Amino acid sequence: MEMTVTQSVITIVVVAAGTFLTRLLPFVLFPQGRRVPPVVRYLGQVLPYAVVAMLVVYCLKDAVFTPRHALPELLGILSVIILHKLFHSMMFSVVGGTVIYMLLLQLVFSA
Amino acid sequence: MHIQKNPVFARAFKTAFPLTMPICVAFCAIGISYGFLMHSMGFCWLYPAAMSLFIYTGAMEFVTINLLLSAFNPLHAFLLALMVGARHLFYGLSMLDKFTGCGHFKKLYLIFGMCDESFSINCSAKLTADVDRPTFMIIVTALNHFYWVAGAIAGALLGSLINFNAEGIDFMLTALFTAIMLGQWEEHSEHRPALLGICLTFICLLVFGPDHFLLPAMGSILGALLLLQPLLSGRQRIKKTSIKTQA
Repeated sequence: MEMTVTQSVITIVVVAAGTFLTRLLPFVLFPQGRRVPPVVRYLGQVLPYAVVAMLVVYCLKDAVFTPRHALPELLGILSVIILHKLFHSMMFSVVGGTVIYMLLLQLVFSA
Repeated sequence: MHIQKNPVFARAFKTAFPLTMPICVAFCAIGISYGFLMHSMGFCWLYPAAMSLFIYTGAMEFVTINLLLSAFNPLHAFLLALMVGARHLFYGLSMLDKFTGCGHFKKLYLIFGMCDESFSINCSAKLTADVDRPTFMIIVTALNHFYWVAGAIAGALLGSLINFNAEGIDFMLTALFTAIMLGQWEEHSEHRPALLGICLTFICLLVFGPDHFLLPAMGSILGALLLLQPLLSGRQRIKKTSIKTQA
């Protein structure tokens, strides 16, 4: 771990505050009767899709610059996609994909 | 111990508890994975316990593990929490009038605990007249919150009991977001916001490097979505009407 305990606590508090703010804001800004601007509704609709896509790339941020250029990770993602298509179970895709990736990393890409 | 028989509470609990059972299973499973992952990454059980108690949103808790392992940057952490939590804006808008009639303290807790699952129950539950809605919503929210924290602690403790080579277990985060994205991809025919998210983030990663790309990525995604609003919000209206005509 790079952070000190204080820094970790600050990070957790800040994340908790930011998350709570997204839940609280509509109640503060738009009490009953006040019109919600279309741009806010629009962002509420499209942002979740863009953000999850951003997070997928975020997860690969360090792997991209390694000598293997995220090859094990891309194979792992491929297995998540295949598992998802086959079983349509979120839990199964996540756990199965992780196990396949771990096996790849420990057995195939070791050394 | 002083046990008070409270008929209002008992009735609301009887209605709420069965509705939360599927969520109990799901939350314990994800919570255990989360606690287990954090333990494998070298955090003591207090971390997953505190994070699931106070942050209480699945995706962002997983991301926070990464944040804790990167360089200290509270501004990044705060903005990322806002972006990832953006979907809550939507939930809040549809619960505006449902939370009226609860006291201030209860209302604040309901807002804090408004995760995807509590939202879907509280938003859709049809209650008989003898069930008090505020009490019902508080119980649903508190039960879900409890399952989540209990799962995370159980996972962390389980991690300290089982010994195995955990190299690569952090891929769970990637797998989770990939699975969420696949689900979104199938439920919605408009893929441009998702494609935009991937492309812009990847470009920013290449340009700014792994330590500084997040802020430009979030900014450019927000900017691009705002610029494309006439195009994308128009498309959504078309899709809605086409669904209506199908039905």
